[in-house]
Amino acid sequence: MVTHINFTIRRIIAGIAILLLFIVFPLVVRQPFHVHVMILVFMFGMLGVAWNIMGGYAGMFSFGQAAFFGIGAYTSSYLSIAYGVNPWIGLVAGGCAASLVAAAIGYPCSNLRGHYFAIASIAFAEIVRIVFNNWQMVGAAEGLSLPMQNESFANFLFNSSKLPYYYIMLALLLVSLAVCYFIATSKMGYYFRAIKESHKIAEVLGVNVVLYRLMAIMISAFLSAMAGTFYAQYILYIDPGSVMLLATSIQIVLIAMLGGAGSIMGPVIGAAILIPASEYTRVALGYKGTGVDMLIYGLLITLISMYYPEGVWKLFSRIGRKLT
Amino acid sequence: MSKAICFKVAGLSKRFGGLAANNDIHFFVEEGEIVSVIGPNGAGKSTLFNCVTGFYKPDSGNVFFYGKDITRMRSDKVCKLGIARTFQIVEVISEMTVLENVTTGALLRYRRIKPAMEKAGEILTFTGLYEKRDFLGTELTIADKKRLEVSMALATRPRLLMLDESMAGLNKVELREIIDLIRKIRNEGMTLIIVEHVMEAVMQISDRIVVLNSGKKIMEGTPKEVCSDREVIQAYLGEKYCAFLK
Repeated sequence: MVTHINFTIRRIIAGIAILLLFIVFPLVVRQPFHVHVMILVFMFGMLGVAWNIMGGYAGMFSFGQAAFFGIGAYTSSYLSIAYGVNPWIGLVAGGCAASLVAAAIGYPCSNLRGHYFAIASIAFAEIVRIVFNNWQMVGAAEGLSLPMQNESFANFLFNSSKLPYYYIMLALLLVSLAVCYFIATSKMGYYFRAIKESHKIAEVLGVNVVLYRLMAIMISAFLSAMAGTFYAQYILYIDPGSVMLLATSIQIVLIAMLGGAGSIMGPVIGAAILIPASEYTRVALGYKGTGVDMLIYGLLITLISMYYPEGVWKLFSRIGRKLT
Repeated sequence: MSKAICFKVAGLSKRFGGLAANNDIHFFVEEGEIVSVIGPNGAGKSTLFNCVTGFYKPDSGNVFFYGKDITRMRSDKVCKLGIARTFQIVEVISEMTVLENVTTGALLRYRRIKPAMEKAGEILTFTGLYEKRDFLGTELTIADKKRLEVSMALATRPRLLMLDESMAGLNKVELREIIDLIRKIRNEGMTLIIVEHVMEAVMQISDRIVVLNSGKKIMEGTPKEVCSDREVIQAYLGEKYCAFLK
């Protein structure tokens, strides 16, 4: 019991130390590109955590997360451009919009599992992308450009520095981790894991499978959409070709699976490995136009899935246990 | 003294295409009884279980649980009302520990993890799996998996427990243990319906036996009556077995 408490305290201390490291990082490393990569790590970490809630815990392997991401980006941007709605309100509105769409598509898919759910999710996300690509009201294929405004926290807009974006994204990641932790350690998390095993076993234990699956997909969509709003405010330009890509959906799955699906920190570790790997190889080798960067990135994914099929998180927790 | 009717099936029928898997089945179970459903493969025993627990929708007929009509009710609602069941092909949550598996069942009656986990611990002590509480679902033997499945069913706090072939594939010792467990559960006041092929066990523990053949009920009675019924012997038990019993 005493060792157990010690173990917990050490983990909390380690967590705080890592968090402090991330808070100090952009103050020490001032090159904007490194800060940009870290922002992407946090953003994809958040998308991975969101995927993990429905994929890792409830067993719904969605390959359509980009749709929720895009809906979040489009909702806040459109509301801001057309009605001057504050992006912070847009952040929540985007989450709500994505959750509603998620419920509308999730309900008819209530009985789909495994590969079939994955196929349905791809189809759904592609439909959403094609609709936005042709929808004149939201700029169709041209997309939406967010107008320049005075930089301020209230406007969710900063021109002179990436630092505020860095801290906002870090905060959003922490929020999604807190949500995931709460779910994993509550009744909902147990029920999600039962549903992941089989619908039959969940039902026989009295779980309302349709309801709990809807909750998983709606929470996941909400968090993904928040990341989408962040992206829009950060890049200030969105179009279906950048925020609703199948490639993005696949990258989110890779991050979560290779980091460790079904663990709270797994997707963050996945993002911390894959995003820098893809960004730095792209910068170092991508301009040669030979695709070497993609080769290296692909090799890394192959190696991880060969040697750590359950995710790099397993390795980390093993090392952590040895140290403590 | 007559006891309360816990469970009643009235005229239940279920067809799969041209095959009548259940054809106009009637029977009832009194509170505290152990009733076994036996019959050859394909007689409709598992279909019957699936029809009354909401996994199949019966074509006609009614199912009553303490007087309440539960026909075509969704399976999770049936469970909430107090009917728990196990499956012929054992189902446990493989990525969870034994304790977490049972806790998931107990969460039906508790909001928070901690009391549910305490309850799960009590149940595991009762079913004799407490020592293995930290094993993963996948790490258990078939006998322990079946015991775990029963523990999970008990954790939902049922008033009626339905066991679908909990004894198949067990060796003599394991069989002895599961029979003892079923008796122990009954002594706590539980009503049980059992589908089983292991006749020596069925004859020992059942108060009454319902015999199905080709989707129809052909006989109902005490173990003794069933053993001496010509039709049952022909359809299922066989001459040799009954000679052995006598």
